[in-house]
Amino acid sequence: MAQAIPAGQKWWSGGKSPFNVEYGKLMMWYFLMSDSFTFGAFLISYGSIRFATNGWPDPNHVFRAFPFMGETNMPLVFVSLMTFILIMSSVTMVLAVAAGHNHDRKKVTFYMILTVIGGLMFLSCQAWEWWHLHSEGAWWGQNPFPNADGSKATTNFTNYFFTITGFHGFHVFSGVVINSIMLIKNLRGDFEKRGHYLMIEKAGLYWHFVDLVWVFVFTCFYLL
Amino acid sequence: MSTVETTSPSHASHDNAHTTFDAKPIWRTFWILLGITLVEITLATIHLKTGFPSKYILNGIYLILTCAKAFYIIAEFMHLRHEIKNMIMTIAIPALIFVWFIIAFLWDGSSYNALRNRYDAHYRDANNVKVAPPSEPTDKEHGSKEQ
Repeated sequence: MAQAIPAGQKWWSGGKSPFNVEYGKLMMWYFLMSDSFTFGAFLISYGSIRFATNGWPDPNHVFRAFPFMGETNMPLVFVSLMTFILIMSSVTMVLAVAAGHNHDRKKVTFYMILTVIGGLMFLSCQAWEWWHLHSEGAWWGQNPFPNADGSKATTNFTNYFFTITGFHGFHVFSGVVINSIMLIKNLRGDFEKRGHYLMIEKAGLYWHFVDLVWVFVFTCFYLL
Repeated sequence: MSTVETTSPSHASHDNAHTTFDAKPIWRTFWILLGITLVEITLATIHLKTGFPSKYILNGIYLILTCAKAFYIIAEFMHLRHEIKNMIMTIAIPALIFVWFIIAFLWDGSSYNALRNRYDAHYRDANNVKVAPPSEPTDKEHGSKEQ
């Protein structure tokens, strides 16, 4: 529900922010929008190449491993775990933002620590998955997986997989760095001195965006 | 210039709708996201075991569920639903370009594929050369092949 605005409020007559949002937060939104076009371009390029190819590897065959389980056939299990970790860290991020609204510095610290841990867990999972695929012979320019119908696959599959999950992983990495900086600033009491926790909120927007992109990466690479 | 900025940040966090950041809707959103993901995985597993919902229907379901998840993340976690309508529109309307973007590029891709299959015999025949047995949902024979 859009926020209730008093009737006759003239938002554009000057003297107030027309969107009732702080400048930095608005710019974060527009940055994220532009970033979504970057990811969108990647994923749509992936889609159009996939549509322009006769066969494609079966994701349930490629992504069937789980750490420390040896040769298993567990499609979707590991990536579900990764999805769960990312959603969970998104939740702790909102809780940190909510705590910031209540000027509860201790709670902000607590939830920011959890968020950073969630991000690191996700990155570890991704590192393992990349390592595992690489040990099976998959990398940029090499694709050991045949198409689902048994014909020889092109390297498009691995190229797109590593590029897009790598770009997303880099976003997660920078998100972890940003969240760590926010955590340190919060520990130093910077936000308390400033009187508001809007920086946590802006970092939170970025972090949720990373989660949002993962929702699409998950669907495009693992489900479809 | 700072006098123009009457919506000072400390102000903003106190006396408007932003203060409705309580824990209940957050957890509700969490359960919704988790539930949708579990439904997706369950459907995928059922498809693997029985092949029942055909891949086309399933893909449609996945896309709808993905958009639902995206909506909840943007609206609740990123709090966009609670902003002023004009601001929502400056973000939502440009994002609508994606609708055209996706349709146009996927259409283009499949048209290119159809043209190549019709006019490029080498391309068409390459697809009939099998390097491995077609992968079954529960295949085991690939594990040793790759070493």
